[in-house]
Amino acid sequence: MPKAKVTFEDVGVTVTVPAGTRLIEVSEKIGAGITYGCREGECCTCLTKVVSGYENLAAPSLLEDQVLKDNLAPSHHRLACQAQVLGGEIVVKPA
Amino acid sequence: MGTAARTPEGAVEVAPGVHWIGAFDPDLRIFDIILRTANGTSYHAYAVRGSGGVAVIDTVKEEFADEFFRRLESVASYDEIRVIVLNHLEPDHTGALPELLRRAPQARLYISTRARSMLKGLLGGDSLTYTAVTTGDSLSLGDRNLQFLQTPYLHWPDTQCTYLPEAGILFSGDLFGCHFCDRRLFDDVVGDFRFSFDYYYAHIMRPFGAYVREALALIDPLPIRLIAPAHGPVLRGEPRRHLERYRVLSAPSRYGGQEPTLLVFYISAYGNTRHMAEAVAAGAESAGGVRVSLYDLEGSEVAPFVDLIEGADGIVIGSPTINGDAVKPVWDLLSSLAVVGVRGKLGAAFGSFGWSGEAVAMIEDRLRGLKLRVPVKGVRAKLVPTADELAECTALGEAMAQHLTGRNEAKSIDMAALA
Repeated sequence: MPKAKVTFEDVGVTVTVPAGTRLIEVSEKIGAGITYGCREGECCTCLTKVVSGYENLAAPSLLEDQVLKDNLAPSHHRLACQAQVLGGEIVVKPA
Repeated sequence: MGTAARTPEGAVEVAPGVHWIGAFDPDLRIFDIILRTANGTSYHAYAVRGSGGVAVIDTVKEEFADEFFRRLESVASYDEIRVIVLNHLEPDHTGALPELLRRAPQARLYISTRARSMLKGLLGGDSLTYTAVTTGDSLSLGDRNLQFLQTPYLHWPDTQCTYLPEAGILFSGDLFGCHFCDRRLFDDVVGDFRFSFDYYYAHIMRPFGAYVREALALIDPLPIRLIAPAHGPVLRGEPRRHLERYRVLSAPSRYGGQEPTLLVFYISAYGNTRHMAEAVAAGAESAGGVRVSLYDLEGSEVAPFVDLIEGADGIVIGSPTINGDAVKPVWDLLSSLAVVGVRGKLGAAFGSFGWSGEAVAMIEDRLRGLKLRVPVKGVRAKLVPTADELAECTALGEAMAQHLTGRNEAKSIDMAALA
């Protein structure tokens, strides 16, 4: 299975994950600063800045895109409960 | 309502062309489950008349809709209403909205950009048309204008203020409000509402202190002659005094200098969890750069601990496991943190147990649920902690101190190791 490397910049931890992993599956376990509310892509609590490797995440769904717009999210920001890793290297930190 | 003053039948002028059209609810004693009130509350709505039409700012709780419409009708006809502004979509302010939209179908709805999903959730369907606004947006009523200030999380994501510059009036929604019912309406003639004002802040705004400070920065430059909140007295006496009060109440409550602070709480039946707590505190202390405090949960009421946590950067909680659960004083503390902002603080757990030891993981889950970060795995010890287990506690304290001071080492791991 393809692997990816996700770095949570605020805690300095890089995790090797299988493709398809969502950021939420990793960030809480390592104590990264991304915090969660609904965990279903609605509340925008887990807004995350993608510092690099934005193209290595699966494109946001229409619903995630709408939530990002409703909450005036800047570009290169994603919901950590929704964003799925495709491969390569990605660096993220709390918005 | 505790006074001989009569409830005004019609609208009340708060400034030329601006009328209060709200309602009084003197019998309410508990609001929204969490707030008590000794004399009820009020739901404020306002009508602003310009040369180009009338704006209605907010409505009232549904069961008070008749009062609202009676007062509205005393100052405007429905076909004059061009604009409806919702500063906050909670039902006590939008209860009369569906009927108002039915009576004034030509009116355009203005809500904060953060309010879209809430409008859909409250009123259902996608058929409502509206304009979503944010700071810097304004609309003209002909000879006067309404300017919008986005002030999120005071106390919902959608909250905003609306400013009428020609009259110097800030329609502030729940900001600067309180549950205090007095039909004399204005702050310079009502009874003493200072307690209600501070109590409302403590239960509604306190978790959002950083957002309060951002809102004050937006509001400060405005010439304000009157603050028209959505509950409680209309503030015309010394409006700036209430801004200053919010500034005091929202000031960060840090202890000591700039060094991060770590609080270690424990409760212990036979001294085992206490020994672990002392090792955690000693470890954090030995790592340096952190101000460490150690507290026995049995030594105080909950409220002072909540105050301490509000001002701290990290907390570590120790609990024995009794009958498969953490003990009640721990849950009492953890269920009392909704009134302060704890998002992003660091948390950890530890504890002694007899045979199953669920408490540590339960506390960690609760800390994550409260949006704390839990960067270090907790420590469990079966009954009397061994020297190795006490060393693990010391290491937990050291690791927390390193995370709090940004000295934690970068590392690379495989996801499988996190299982």
